[in-house]
Amino acid sequence: MDFGPFLLLALMEGLVTAAVLALTASGLSLVFGIMRVVNVAHGAFFMLGAVLAWFVAEWLPGPPALAFAAALVFCPLVVGAIAAIADMAVLKRLNYEPEATIVATIGLLYILEQAALSLFGPDARPVEAPFSFRLQLPWFGYSGYKLAVVVAAALVLLGVWLILKHSRAGLLMRATQEDRDTARAFGINVDRVYAGVFAMGAGLAAIAAVLIVPISQAHYLMGGDPLLLSFIVVIIGGLGSLRGTLVAALLIGLSDGVISTFFAPTLAKIIATLVVALVLVFRPQGLFGKRAA
Amino acid sequence: MTKRWISTTPTRRSVLQGIAGAGALVAAGVTPRFVQAQSSAPLKLGFQLHRTGIGASYGRWYERTASAALKVLNEAGGINGRPVEIVFEDDGTDPKRGAEVVEKLTTQAGCDLIFGTLFSHVVMGSAPRAGELRVPYLVCSEGHHVASGALNRWALQPGITDVKSQVQAMAPWVTANLGKKVTMVFPDYAFGHDHRDFFTAAVAAQGGEVIKHIAIPPTETSFTRYLPQIPTETEVLYHVMVGPAVLTFVKELGEFYGSGARPEIFGFIDSLEAVDIASPGLEFLDGTHFWEGHPRYKQQDASEHEAFYRAAVGVDDSGASVSDGKDIATYAHMFSAWETLFVIKAAMEAAGYQGPADRQKVVEAIEAMTGFDEGREHPQGAKTFNGKTHQAFGHQSISRVEGGRLLRVHQTAIEDGLYPDEVDYTTQSF
Repeated sequence: MDFGPFLLLALMEGLVTAAVLALTASGLSLVFGIMRVVNVAHGAFFMLGAVLAWFVAEWLPGPPALAFAAALVFCPLVVGAIAAIADMAVLKRLNYEPEATIVATIGLLYILEQAALSLFGPDARPVEAPFSFRLQLPWFGYSGYKLAVVVAAALVLLGVWLILKHSRAGLLMRATQEDRDTARAFGINVDRVYAGVFAMGAGLAAIAAVLIVPISQAHYLMGGDPLLLSFIVVIIGGLGSLRGTLVAALLIGLSDGVISTFFAPTLAKIIATLVVALVLVFRPQGLFGKRAA
Repeated sequence: MTKRWISTTPTRRSVLQGIAGAGALVAAGVTPRFVQAQSSAPLKLGFQLHRTGIGASYGRWYERTASAALKVLNEAGGINGRPVEIVFEDDGTDPKRGAEVVEKLTTQAGCDLIFGTLFSHVVMGSAPRAGELRVPYLVCSEGHHVASGALNRWALQPGITDVKSQVQAMAPWVTANLGKKVTMVFPDYAFGHDHRDFFTAAVAAQGGEVIKHIAIPPTETSFTRYLPQIPTETEVLYHVMVGPAVLTFVKELGEFYGSGARPEIFGFIDSLEAVDIASPGLEFLDGTHFWEGHPRYKQQDASEHEAFYRAAVGVDDSGASVSDGKDIATYAHMFSAWETLFVIKAAMEAAGYQGPADRQKVVEAIEAMTGFDEGREHPQGAKTFNGKTHQAFGHQSISRVEGGRLLRVHQTAIEDGLYPDEVDYTTQSF
């Protein structure tokens, strides 16, 4: 294949990776930025979204597009509700202490994974894409659905940004992020804000998973890679900075696409991890993060 | 001189007392009425099962196949007249866990031997422990690691042909009918490396050439990025993939080529085991070819033994579960679990197996075997067995996808897959 089409394919693949990654990582970033919780179970919430999407597609009769639309609404809500319950039942009782919450979310990860194994089974199961339009370029064919994923992810991220900047809920979240105690002193119900943020973070992962599941199938162990990549993105972008997360997701996604197409996917992961190490050494707060006081 | 408090020689009085005592016991009927020549306790066979992890769809069917074979075996009187049990233990398709499972089955569950392992990295991780524990370890993995001499005298593969033999047998057909310039896509670990090494050599022996190797990490979930590496002058694309993402791989291959020109495609059915060929997105596979160890769709000339086997395991004529048409079997491979169990029966009976002390005799009995006839116990077909390399050799099928079904177009002879011995395990110590 010639260089031009080769690069085009690499960039398209990278863009899809970046879009899904941006969604997943923004959830992780949101939870850390506002709650200071390192959520190791984030990948499990991602997996849960995909697995629930399969159940919805299986049980809802009618065209695949309808089931998919239903999954896109239903799955983030259910996953968000589970996350909110986990927050109130576990994290709150640990007073959000960093070490304790890490261990607790590791436990949560195992519980969710094993629950999926018991109820969903060990197989990878496909979910049909809402439409099967295929783009036939002169050099190669490409799934139209993959391009739709990029657009959908961008819309969701725009929505998240609007909520954070222009809604009352977003104001409360930002106030809590700025200073938890002062926010509480001003009458903000910090517990509810935390539960809401944790639910929203998990919901974003679930949306990303519903979008990706027609491409890569639902499987109970699928949360590992997104978790790792999300951490890489969030560390490079700066923990808690949504803008940094977006930029880093684009950077990692596109470089992953290009490097893994032209060289090897393993090399792409090696380089991404190396970048994380360099960022931690030379700019520990990340590209866009604020330096800790 | 010291006084001896305990006499070392029996006195007349003590002997008489002893005789009287023993007589009293016999009279009271304490000794058993008869002593059996052998135990009638059930034999316990350990099954290292991929119930979870990336091999789970194989594991589900291996368990069903082995259980069905066990039922047939026990109904026919078990082994040496003793009933047989199978202890299934999940290894998570993980090599480290695999070694622990071998240990657990042997020392805790008290199994007489272990069989059933499919994924080659689990075999590689487990076989050394089986050797240390001196327990027969009969794998169903296709890997060349048994016949290559990489394992030990306790590891055997009597139920399925290894990859080296499979690809060597099929390469002439591929180069003669599909093309001579081949690009290979394979998983980047032991099993895939067997394909890479032996198919490349086999194609070269036929005057063809493998022009590109594309190795894919076994945990990969997205494949489009690898596909541009396929050179445009490729005449045959050879693919073999495993794990939960196989359907994604084949779908993305279809998207990539779309309606444009594509090379001939020859795949190992591994890329589609447990996947319905009529799945949406797989229409492009029509006219492509697959290797099958055992044809998934019942062929016109199928033997009565094949029909018996399908019914016993619960597989319909399209290779799906009789109770759930969406549950597609790993049909091309799972016969090995069935056939291995009957090899175990033959070996244990030949060895006069009594208990774990006779484990070595079981290995020696299998080493003495030279082949198996087609029949209920070997429904996939006749095989020869090489006792020196611990490896079985059988027929391979090449099938063509026609209208969403697989139709066999060629069957190799056993001789096509034979190659010079690379090891003589019988010279190794136990």
